[in-house]
Amino acid sequence: MSLESAAIATASVSRSNAPSKMTGEDVCVFYGAKQALFDVNLKIEQFNVTSLIGPSGCGKSTFLRSLNRMNDTIEGCRVTGKINLDEDDIYDPSIDVVELRARVGMVFQKPNPFPKSIYENVAYGPRIHGIARNKADLDEIVHSSLRRAGLWNEVKDRLLEPGTGLSGGQQQRLCIARAIATKPEVLLMDEPCSALDPIATAVIEELIDELRENFTIVIVTHSMQQAARVSQKTAFFHLGKLIEEGKTEDIFTNPRNRQTQDYITGRIG
Amino acid sequence: MTDAALPHAAAETAAPVRRDFGLKRRHAAEARFRFYGIAAITIGLAFLAILLISIFSKGYTAFVQTSITVPVEFSAQIIDKDDKRATDPKVLVSANYPVIARNALAKALGVDPADKKAMKEISNFVSDGSRSLLRDIVASDPSVIGTTRNVTLLAAADIDSANKGQIDLNVPEAKRKVSDQQLAWLNQLKAAGQVSTPFNWGLLTFGASSRPETAGLGVALVGSLYMMAIVLLCALPIGVAASIYLEEFAKKNRFTDFIEVNINNLAAVPSIVYGLLGLAVFINFFGMPRSAPLVGGFVLTLMTLPTIIIATRAALRSVPPSIRSAALGIGASKMQMVFDHVLPLATPGILTGTIIGLARALGETAPLLLIGMVAFVADRPATPLDPATALPVQIYMWANEAERAFVERTSGAIIVLLVFLALMNLAAILLRRRFERRW
Amino acid sequence: MSVGWIVAIVLGIGAVAYFFAAQRARAQREGIDRSKQVPHSLPTYHGWLAFILAAIPALLFFLVFSLLSNALIQNRISNEVATHIGDPAAASLSIGIVHNVATALGKLGLSGDNLPGSYAALRDAASSSGVALADSGEDYMVPLAAGVNADSNGYRFIGQGLALLFSLAGAVFAYSRIRIRLRARNQVERVVLWSLLGASTVAILTTVGIVLSMLGETIHFFSDVNPLTFFFGTVWDPRFADAGSGATNGQFGLIPLLAGTLYIALVSMLFAVPVGLMAAVYMGEYASNRVRSTVKPLLELLAGIPTIVYGIFAVVTLGPFFRDLSAALAGGFAFIQAQSVFTAGIVMGVMLIPVVSSLSDDVITAVPRAMRDGSLALGATRSETIRKVILPAALPGIVGALLLTASRAIGETMIVVLAAGVAARLSVNPFEAMTTITVKIVNQLTGDLEFNSPQTLVAFALGLTLFALTLGMNVYALYIVRKYREQYE
Ligand SMILES: Nc1ncnc2c1ncn2[C@@H]1O[C@H](COP(=O)(O)OP(=O)(O)O)[C@@H](O)[C@H]1O
Ligand SMILES: [Mg+2]
Repeated sequence: MSLESAAIATASVSRSNAPSKMTGEDVCVFYGAKQALFDVNLKIEQFNVTSLIGPSGCGKSTFLRSLNRMNDTIEGCRVTGKINLDEDDIYDPSIDVVELRARVGMVFQKPNPFPKSIYENVAYGPRIHGIARNKADLDEIVHSSLRRAGLWNEVKDRLLEPGTGLSGGQQQRLCIARAIATKPEVLLMDEPCSALDPIATAVIEELIDELRENFTIVIVTHSMQQAARVSQKTAFFHLGKLIEEGKTEDIFTNPRNRQTQDYITGRIG
Repeated sequence: MTDAALPHAAAETAAPVRRDFGLKRRHAAEARFRFYGIAAITIGLAFLAILLISIFSKGYTAFVQTSITVPVEFSAQIIDKDDKRATDPKVLVSANYPVIARNALAKALGVDPADKKAMKEISNFVSDGSRSLLRDIVASDPSVIGTTRNVTLLAAADIDSANKGQIDLNVPEAKRKVSDQQLAWLNQLKAAGQVSTPFNWGLLTFGASSRPETAGLGVALVGSLYMMAIVLLCALPIGVAASIYLEEFAKKNRFTDFIEVNINNLAAVPSIVYGLLGLAVFINFFGMPRSAPLVGGFVLTLMTLPTIIIATRAALRSVPPSIRSAALGIGASKMQMVFDHVLPLATPGILTGTIIGLARALGETAPLLLIGMVAFVADRPATPLDPATALPVQIYMWANEAERAFVERTSGAIIVLLVFLALMNLAAILLRRRFERRW
Repeated sequence: MSVGWIVAIVLGIGAVAYFFAAQRARAQREGIDRSKQVPHSLPTYHGWLAFILAAIPALLFFLVFSLLSNALIQNRISNEVATHIGDPAAASLSIGIVHNVATALGKLGLSGDNLPGSYAALRDAASSSGVALADSGEDYMVPLAAGVNADSNGYRFIGQGLALLFSLAGAVFAYSRIRIRLRARNQVERVVLWSLLGASTVAILTTVGIVLSMLGETIHFFSDVNPLTFFFGTVWDPRFADAGSGATNGQFGLIPLLAGTLYIALVSMLFAVPVGLMAAVYMGEYASNRVRSTVKPLLELLAGIPTIVYGIFAVVTLGPFFRDLSAALAGGFAFIQAQSVFTAGIVMGVMLIPVVSSLSDDVITAVPRAMRDGSLALGATRSETIRKVILPAALPGIVGALLLTASRAIGETMIVVLAAGVAARLSVNPFEAMTTITVKIVNQLTGDLEFNSPQTLVAFALGLTLFALTLGMNVYALYIVRKYREQYE
């Protein structure tokens, strides 16, 4: 116990001076009677990539989902503690989750394009949020989102073909394009590359680095190399607890916590 | 599995040389078991074949109707003796048209109109429906009065049967419905080329009648159509709405469990119970009219609802959760998720289930008997509140008629019903093939 | 104005409200600086909200008001009729006449000041303009009917006026409320959610309707006939009394009907279960894909054929065939009657084959593959695997499936109506006619009904018995099947 609180204390010292976009304070998540997260305190810095690592089942996805309240869709799931997006407490009853999710977008582990055309996939979000004023506006949003997702050149001639016809890596980039089309402030990605081959993975990783300019990104990954490559900050979870967080290079080269050490050297997980 | 294998394994260790202990017996048992399976399937298919063959062989003749074309003299003497039609058009309606038909036939056959007995047999030769046929000709064009025209009259049901070879000529004449004289006339007319057997449109258009040759499914078809429309308009929206609620929104609790049990049970409640419900609630309590397709439609709606709900829920469930999270993840509300993504993807499954439910409703008889759809209705209903019958009920009513010609029509009506059902099921199958999606 | 007009006008107001509300919301979102303020809902949601507020409260009000005013009018009529008539039994007839008089007055355009002085005068006036009235009316009914007409006109005027007012008020309220941050979408969605919930209660309402309606009539029946003689009586002889006499000299014994029902169901199950089960096993375990893909749909055809067709098949083909066959076998004496337990049972059995086989197919395929492979790997033959591993493992599910099938057999109507006969007797000979509960329900309720005679009401008692019987079987079967499924999930 004391070891972990020490870890949190040291981590908070190591915080860089980028402004924080989201903060979690004493976040606990329960699935029914089972507690999956224990008092997590974490700050997500603006325009940085934060990666969440840890052995499977440790609560990375759970924490990620609590950041845009996707947990609300799971029956019996309860969140306590406080999570802020800028100044707003996102679990405040006055918050409309739909608006929240427009601000905090999500990309999932398995690419999940809608069985509609590529264009419709990307246009759906702007449409329901009333972002585009007219058709030309909407076209512009779709095109620029696809461009920023690095997919434009591959699909520009077949925007009206079904999105499900693309390859896995393309589908995932389509999902990213779809997520950024609603102009979110934060982008959550839950193991976005785990269903992809190495080449597609490399493309997505490059993309994440570019997206950092405009978006705050939180990514769950089980690959430590990936975390090291794409993220500036890393948080290590174990058994539902946040064990250590800090600058990525610090975590990987100089972990303070025994469990972190064990994990990055491959002894747990 | 162990009790089958263990003794065998023990035998193996005891006598490793012999491995075929009882093998012959076991293979024989295997063969016997297989045979039972084949026999069961054969029995099922045989009954299917016998059933269809018996219906079709009895019923296909109902689709043609013997008709007799003779020159008919629209005698002013008979129709409008006192020449009053200019002042009193009613005379044209009440004129003695059967006499005109009889005379025309007598003339064609060369029978002396004074021969009372022969004339009586001649009256029985053509359908009583000739009355309205000739009346309509005169009413639509009074100028035919005094002229002679070729008119095609329906043969009476017994003559129709005789012409189709359904009457056993070995039976003594006195016990037959058709006399030797009439048979001779029939042959005479045939030889003169005046007998034809056109497609029996009347079977599909006429209403109820006590005479087989003018009895048809017209009223029943319209009644069934109204009911199907009502079932579609009521059961589909309610069923889909209920399924969406249960599948996408309802929390798991006592209440939804209770609804769940209810629906599963309602799907298995005997259909006649729905008839009792309709009688007690719609007719007795709300005072809706008996025999009305509206009430029938409501009863069938309640009966079909569980089928549609079960099919719709299955279709909704088959839409993968990843689609739902994708929509929610970009900030669609739950309602938008359902109506923009899940429902469209479930539509083929929903429609297939609906068509199958409708097909079941179309063939349903028992509840309709209780709400008074067993009615003698001659005119096609103009609205769903007018009395009508339904296709299967009409079949039931004809099955209770004694005459030979009604047996043929019963089977003919069954063929019509089966054709509709086959078309609906075909539509369901095509829909499933065309839009089936593998995730 | 008729009800249809009011509904149409209210919907029209709703449509106009939709249009203007959406327009206003659109204008508002054009005029803001999005970096400072984010609009909440799309204009269409503001439109729908306006439509809902304009239409739904007004229509609900109109419905409630109409029901209430109708009840008030009914109340007035029955009170006034009661002051003129002592016998409450005759009152319903008089109430009906008052309604007819009111309609006739309306059609003739007669009201307060130009009323005919007597019922007879009215009747003559009515019949000369083609409106028929009953003979047995009385003079007091004319002013009463006129009063009723005046009342209902008044009520209608108030109700329609208020409904329109509500509608306009709702529209204006919705319009004035439109703000950039108004959560119109959430409010519209809440209304939609409530209507979805409402739709899902229809299933409950149906069950409640079934139970209540049948229970009511059954209690009514038991006030004439002792429940004990119904449930344990061995003679069924309802003896249709002359209409109106209300005499209860019939005997309503359930036992012969129940016996016939169960006997026929038993015969059909004896036929359908082995055939259906073996067909399912063969198709699941032995048949090649090609055979299965042709045979299975063919057998399922049997399930799609309406029961009336089976009934007619029994009457015109199978019944006479069995009769003639038995005559040939027994040297002229047809020991199988054309309508018999045997014929009805076999035909019903044919209908049940696909039911048994598809239900047991579901159950058998739920048995995990591993079990089958384990047995085969030990060197068991396929039939041994089926008989000793798969079927025992599937047994609870199969029992559930058979219970469901049996409940179908018990509730089946058209086949038995046509093939079993109407003779309510107790017999053990399957070759004679017996009758069933469903047949008697149909018999008692077709033709002219008089709703108060026990001859009619007994049908509801029979229906309730049938419902209870099948309900018990279904619930138990569904419970078994669910338990069984969970075991392998
Ligand atoms: N929907 C759920 N219902 C119940 N328990 C869940 C659910 N999702 C996750 N859990 C539990 O919560 C814990 C954390 O899961 P998760 O966040 O998915 O882990 P990770 O993504 O790190 O592999 C696990 O023990 C898992 O069993
Ligand atoms: Mg995970």
